[in-house]
Amino acid sequence: MNAPALSLTGITCTFVSRDVRSQRYTAVRDVTLDVAPGEFVSVVGPTGCGKSTLLNVAAGLLEPSAGTIHVFGEPLAGINGRAGYMFQSEALMPWRTALGNVMAGLEFHGVDPQEAGARADEWLKRVGLGGFGDRYPHQLSGGMRKRTSLAQTLVLDPDIILMDEPFSALDIQTRQLMENEVLELWAAKRKAVLFITHDLDEAIAMSDRVVVLSAGPASHPIGEFVIDLPRPRDVAEVRITPRFIELHRAIWNVMREEVLKGYAQQKLAA
Amino acid sequence: MWKFIRPRAGTLRFWQVLVLVVIFVFWWAMTTPGVIPPLMFENDRQASFFFGEPIKIVVRIWDWFVTDRDIYGHLWVTLLETVLAFLLGTAAGLVIGMWLALSPIAAAILDPYIKAMNSMPRVILAPIFAVWFGLGIASKVALGFTLVFFIVFFNVYQGVKEVSPTVLANARMLGAGRNQLLRHVYLPSAMSWVFSSLHTSVGLAFVGAVVGEYLGSSRGVGYLILQAEGTFDINTVMAGILVLTAFALVLDWVVGRAESHLMRWQPRAGETEKL
Repeated sequence: MNAPALSLTGITCTFVSRDVRSQRYTAVRDVTLDVAPGEFVSVVGPTGCGKSTLLNVAAGLLEPSAGTIHVFGEPLAGINGRAGYMFQSEALMPWRTALGNVMAGLEFHGVDPQEAGARADEWLKRVGLGGFGDRYPHQLSGGMRKRTSLAQTLVLDPDIILMDEPFSALDIQTRQLMENEVLELWAAKRKAVLFITHDLDEAIAMSDRVVVLSAGPASHPIGEFVIDLPRPRDVAEVRITPRFIELHRAIWNVMREEVLKGYAQQKLAA
Repeated sequence: MWKFIRPRAGTLRFWQVLVLVVIFVFWWAMTTPGVIPPLMFENDRQASFFFGEPIKIVVRIWDWFVTDRDIYGHLWVTLLETVLAFLLGTAAGLVIGMWLALSPIAAAILDPYIKAMNSMPRVILAPIFAVWFGLGIASKVALGFTLVFFIVFFNVYQGVKEVSPTVLANARMLGAGRNQLLRHVYLPSAMSWVFSSLHTSVGLAFVGAVVGEYLGSSRGVGYLILQAEGTFDINTVMAGILVLTAFALVLDWVVGRAESHLMRWQPRAGETEKL
């Protein structure tokens, strides 16, 4: 009955250079990770440790070299239709207005345009962009584009939400606002969330569980922490509670070495 | 006085017209017999034989448009050829560009042939087209088509290749199937490249039409010029060139309007409003 919303088992991803077949790079090795329905799981790790690779695998955009993915107990083939994906970089269609972008998913699913428009409009209002439906992405600020992306993903009411450092490009104030908004929306719907970030503060403040990945190549989970901070949380306030600091210290102890390792590798490569 | 007409944004039109007037006065002075003593030619009629006389040219244009009203048919034919070549070339370039961009194997097979056909000086095909399609509209449209097709083709090919992988992945995650991706992602992205080459491709369609007419036809502005050249009527030739130029400017303006309407979503530099 209670199959995990998302279950990754023994995932390994090895990329082969297109020009030189012998050049390979193993981004993640033997990763096993479950996300229960309604659970908010964050994956943190040093830069370049294959966090996004993992998310692409969960989305069905990337086929792993080895390992299996189960979505609510069913093996995943092709695109993960029950998941919504919020990308790190700009993913809005620049030739569609904000409303058109939010409507896109409904349109692709064959929803009647009039109803799709109404639902998209409602979601735009919910993310605070009520009057901006007719703007094109280039006419919106970075934060507004992220809100549009959020509405675009959530309007389809996915059972699993995948987020790839969605707020990394935002300034700290906008970021905290967005984090609180996401938490609020999540609390209302209780979807399974797999949240990728390099920011430990963000991970602890938002999640039920934090998974730490080792430095790449061949990164794998090296620690898992249950975040028992009470909800509802305010991401700015929760940061100064003693329990938060305690958790932060515990996770950082595990992460520090990996961060330094990752940094050293990048320096070596440069 | 100078303060009012000093070159600045507000007096731009005045200065633009002034340049035109100066050119025409210079032209008139150099070619009209008796205005200045002949500089290069022995006879003061020779300059007008080679370069035409502005006043006679203007009269010629006036006759065409107002007195005799006999140019409209020719203009219409040239316009029709231009538009047909443009539309057919764009449609074919769009379809084949999308097809090759989305099937790498077909692109790899056809690659040398496309490069070869593009490098070929295609104007040389005009006589062949005249043999194949006759001296009517079809042979001019065919020539314009070959010119427009490659411009659009390469732009569409590039446009599809450069679709942002994130936008593509996002559309797939939102549930877009293959046809929906084609319609909602590849096509708009390719169209933006097509529009950016719109000025070039309309211009080339026009070149195709006029060159085709010039090489053999019974109607069109190119035909008028060809006829006048046959009788060394340099004034009519010049008048034809001026009409073609004005016509090309009008086409370019229409294209500019269409472009700014269709490309609203593209960011432009400095889009702020002064309050």
